[in-house]
Amino acid sequence: MVKNNFLKRINKYILMYLGLAIVFFFILIAIFAPFIATHNPTDINLANVLAEPSKTHFFGTDELGRDVFSRVIYGTRISIFVGFVAVGISVIIGLFFGLVSGYFGGLVDTLIMRFVDIMLCFPAFFLILAVITFLEPSVTNVMVVIGLTSWMGVTRLVRAETLSIKTRDFVTAAKLQNISNVKILVKHILPNVITPVFVAATLGVAGAILTESALSFLGLGVQPPTPSWGNILTAGKDNITFAWWLSVFPGLAIFITVLGYNLLGEGLRDLLDPKISKK
Amino acid sequence: MTPKNYFILILIIATITVIGCTDKNGESENANKNVTENKSIPKQTSNSNTDDSQQDKPFGDIIFEGSIGDASNLIPILSTDSVSHQIASHIYNGLLKYDKNLKLTGDLAKSWELSNDKKSITFHLKKGVKWHDGKIFNADDVKFTYETIIDDSTPTAYDSDFRIIDNITIIDDYTIRVNYQKPFAPALNSWTMSILPKHLLENVKITESSLQRNPIGTGSYEFVKWNPGESITLKANKSYFDGRPNIAKYVLKIIPDSTTMFMELLKGNLDFMSLTPLQYSKQTNTPKFKDNFEKYTYLSNSYSYIGYNLRNELFKDKRVRQALTYATPKEKIIESVLFGEGHVATGPYKPDSFWYNPDVKRYEYNLEKAKELLTEAGWEDSDNNGYLDKNGREFSFTLMTNQGNSNRAKIAEIVQENWKKLGIKVKIRIMEWATLINEYIDKRNFDALVMGWSIPLEPDLYDVWHSSKCSGKNLNFICYENDELDKIIEKARLTFDQDKRRKLYYKAQEILAEDQPYTFLYVPNALVALHKRFKGVEPAPAGLMYNFEDWYVPENLRKYSLTQ
Amino acid sequence: MLPLLIGITLISFAVIHLTPGDPTQLMTSMNPNASSEVSERLIKLYHLDKPIHIQYWEWLKNIAVLDFGESFALDGQSVMEKIKHRIPYTIYLNIMSMILIFIIALPLGILNAYYKDSFFDKTSTVFVFIGFAVPTFWLALLCMYFFGIKLGWLPISGLMSYNFENMTLLGKIGDIAKHSVLPVGVSVFGSLAGISRYARNSMLDVLNNDYVLAAKARGLPEKTVIFKHALKNALLPIITIIGLSIPGLIGGSVIFESIFSIPGMGQLFYQSVMMRDYPVVMGILVIGAVLTLLGNLIADILYAIVDPRIRYGKK
Repeated sequence: MVKNNFLKRINKYILMYLGLAIVFFFILIAIFAPFIATHNPTDINLANVLAEPSKTHFFGTDELGRDVFSRVIYGTRISIFVGFVAVGISVIIGLFFGLVSGYFGGLVDTLIMRFVDIMLCFPAFFLILAVITFLEPSVTNVMVVIGLTSWMGVTRLVRAETLSIKTRDFVTAAKLQNISNVKILVKHILPNVITPVFVAATLGVAGAILTESALSFLGLGVQPPTPSWGNILTAGKDNITFAWWLSVFPGLAIFITVLGYNLLGEGLRDLLDPKISKK
Repeated sequence: MTPKNYFILILIIATITVIGCTDKNGESENANKNVTENKSIPKQTSNSNTDDSQQDKPFGDIIFEGSIGDASNLIPILSTDSVSHQIASHIYNGLLKYDKNLKLTGDLAKSWELSNDKKSITFHLKKGVKWHDGKIFNADDVKFTYETIIDDSTPTAYDSDFRIIDNITIIDDYTIRVNYQKPFAPALNSWTMSILPKHLLENVKITESSLQRNPIGTGSYEFVKWNPGESITLKANKSYFDGRPNIAKYVLKIIPDSTTMFMELLKGNLDFMSLTPLQYSKQTNTPKFKDNFEKYTYLSNSYSYIGYNLRNELFKDKRVRQALTYATPKEKIIESVLFGEGHVATGPYKPDSFWYNPDVKRYEYNLEKAKELLTEAGWEDSDNNGYLDKNGREFSFTLMTNQGNSNRAKIAEIVQENWKKLGIKVKIRIMEWATLINEYIDKRNFDALVMGWSIPLEPDLYDVWHSSKCSGKNLNFICYENDELDKIIEKARLTFDQDKRRKLYYKAQEILAEDQPYTFLYVPNALVALHKRFKGVEPAPAGLMYNFEDWYVPENLRKYSLTQ
Repeated sequence: MLPLLIGITLISFAVIHLTPGDPTQLMTSMNPNASSEVSERLIKLYHLDKPIHIQYWEWLKNIAVLDFGESFALDGQSVMEKIKHRIPYTIYLNIMSMILIFIIALPLGILNAYYKDSFFDKTSTVFVFIGFAVPTFWLALLCMYFFGIKLGWLPISGLMSYNFENMTLLGKIGDIAKHSVLPVGVSVFGSLAGISRYARNSMLDVLNNDYVLAAKARGLPEKTVIFKHALKNALLPIITIIGLSIPGLIGGSVIFESIFSIPGMGQLFYQSVMMRDYPVVMGILVIGAVLTLLGNLIADILYAIVDPRIRYGKK
């Protein structure tokens, strides 16, 4: 495998940049949705249902004559919002448990890690499904429940990092100075564990978006008329052979976004992991 | 169906729509189906003489039907879902049944008579009827079935019509008399209930009986096997008292996703399934489909409505309710939600039924009229914020429906948009079924609902519309109270004469149309596809399946050959 | 192990009992007439009149002997009967998927690591992530339509043909295999990313280890280095991750089994959740988690088998 090193360097992170571009592209769409959308996403037009893509309706219309393009654009907001908040919740819980567990060790550590082990045994989708049904499917519940069932990975990650960092000199030095544990955790350890967490979070967003779409498939995701990619795609499912535009566009949106977050996350991992990037 | 079982019936709808939450057309799946006169029904070129002797028709082949949900319990008095009843209808018989024109006719009973005081019915049973295990059926089985239903330890939902029976006397093995405490018109209907085998159930707890999963009846088909979640197989009962059926096997295949089911139909693995309006109108017009399948459409036994909580100040004025109905584009809703496959509903009966009153007040879509009515009722936009108000209260409310039924969600979105034009702010809430029932409907804690009822063959309106049924888990949950209507309903229950009874229900429909406690939306069509090799199919007011025993496959068209 | 099991039951119990709503409510509302009798029976059966910790204790005592109670559905079946009937489907599909994922993802990840940053690395990275990023139900439906109807090559749903029972043994195997292609294929495609990326990273880790570099320095052939020294060490963490991926696969079976009409545990779970059949929901939660636990146990055993120290010890 003799390869030109120079080309390799240019090439090396191309997928990560692609991912980054995708992620930014969709964040911009979410922010500027009102300016990009050509129609009101919830405006019903019964005179024009299931119209094919055209100049006025770029992505066609759905079963109630709503503009699919505008719905996908606004759906970006909901889907990304769901992804971010769900991951935010899981990261906060994960950071807290991970830091405490790794830093203090002992019984606390054992208890937390046992809890993590137990939670990891459950098919997360089963738990999500049960809780969402017993509560009520809504944007808030979907986000919270996804968040509450996906913090275990972050916890393990943070704990492992914390364990290795707490033996380093600067932590020992801080301890000797009688700096409070909380301060050490926040000032010295947190900044050092945040990078891998960031990678995990990036991948987590992708997972959350997919989970929402799977819930939507079962009718338990974000409820219409609020457009989310998941529920637009699900509405298009029954027309998959007939009105292809109803499923293809939201499907592509999910697919490209999830791909983007994954490429970004994986690229970052390569970039930030000293062992791997050394090669 | 007994009148008090409306509730069970909505649950039937709910089970279908909730379990198969991909089912876009939950309302259209009901056991008994009627045919609209003005809908195009493919003419069958079969030798439609019903007197054809069975032996002329070839015996063989299998029919595969697709179903979203599985059955739950094959002792029909214990189950409330439509799939179980559908299967049970092939396996068991009642004393009576509805014929193709929805007239009551004998099934296990060859005739019956009513006493002069209308308080007792005498049934003369058919002789020589055998249970599938070879035992002879007689009057003991009928009495046993009655005793089982009213037994307090039997968890059945169908007991109330039997509890008003004073006693049952066996006159001889094939004659049985039922004495009622008072005349009760819906009583006859209750004898369409499946009769159970005494010799197999008498010494076991019914909830522990193996018949729940391996039923034995007197019906035209015998139970073969049930693979939970996969399929239920029945085979022709060759010694059926009404002549053996022609199709050798009946298989119900359970496919929870409607898109998958449709693909299985296209692939030829299913012969018979309900179509969604979308499939019916858009996806079944290819030449290949038309070569293989016949499509049928007929009015289903259900209607959709928007119900208003009449305990809520907003809806107490009937002009407000009339205005809301005027602002509901029923035709447009049928057009877009059902792709035109439905009829405007004006009351609780089907447009093609004997009880339906065609001359009630109709509310054609008219926003101007609606606005006038609201102004009359005192609703004005006095603070110019775009929404109506009255005495400082804004006209805004929440419209709820259950999740898993996309038609209802769409209806909610459409009326929300239309009522907004009147200056009414509507918030939509879509909720999981059990939560909606337990937390909102049962506690009367709602403003308005998009819901559906099944329409039973027995026309009694007592449970849904009588003012005494407004509390607790009763079905008049909108609390409609109208003395005049109460009296009509009570009188109709005592009236056996069909024409007199109809007059009463005509009046009832006029009252409901004027008062608009519901905005009646539509009666959807049942839409089905059936493989063309099946002959002898004759759509009638009773639907399609009523003469299933007479269907047959000509030998040259046979698809499956049986080794047995 | 025991604390884990108890924790599993505790969480399964909590999910049901800490969410709003009375478990008997649905039963009674389905059955207005028999309501009091039925609900009394249920209250007695599940000790719902007692404090919550006693309810838990009673339930725990029962499940210790594998008695998960009776389903709320009106079919008179016990939870165990229901699950017993359904679980083979789910296990079969998941094991097939796991084996295939292992066979495909592992070499892929290793080659990716070996040819890191090459064109091959990049295309296969994108390929596995496409699998991950496509909503599975969408892909499944497209495949069903394309392979099942357009081309007519494969059956669409179910795991067996209707006339399965009359087939020869070979026919039976062929039939199941044909039916498995789509569900297993879609499931595998969606799960390649996880394992192959993990394998790649794990391999990269190992390749950068001193002993591998040392082996290279000694002038051992590249292949020997990779396959003899590096691979074994890279396998270890991968085996663990396979154990960890079981819950994801089981969870995904809800979607697969619904689309492909496979009467497995995922489908049963979804239906039970929708009907609020609490005993079944709790039963499946426990059994699903226990399956994962077993999977992890198997992974641990494999780990021991592959562990180089043990291997070297044998030599």
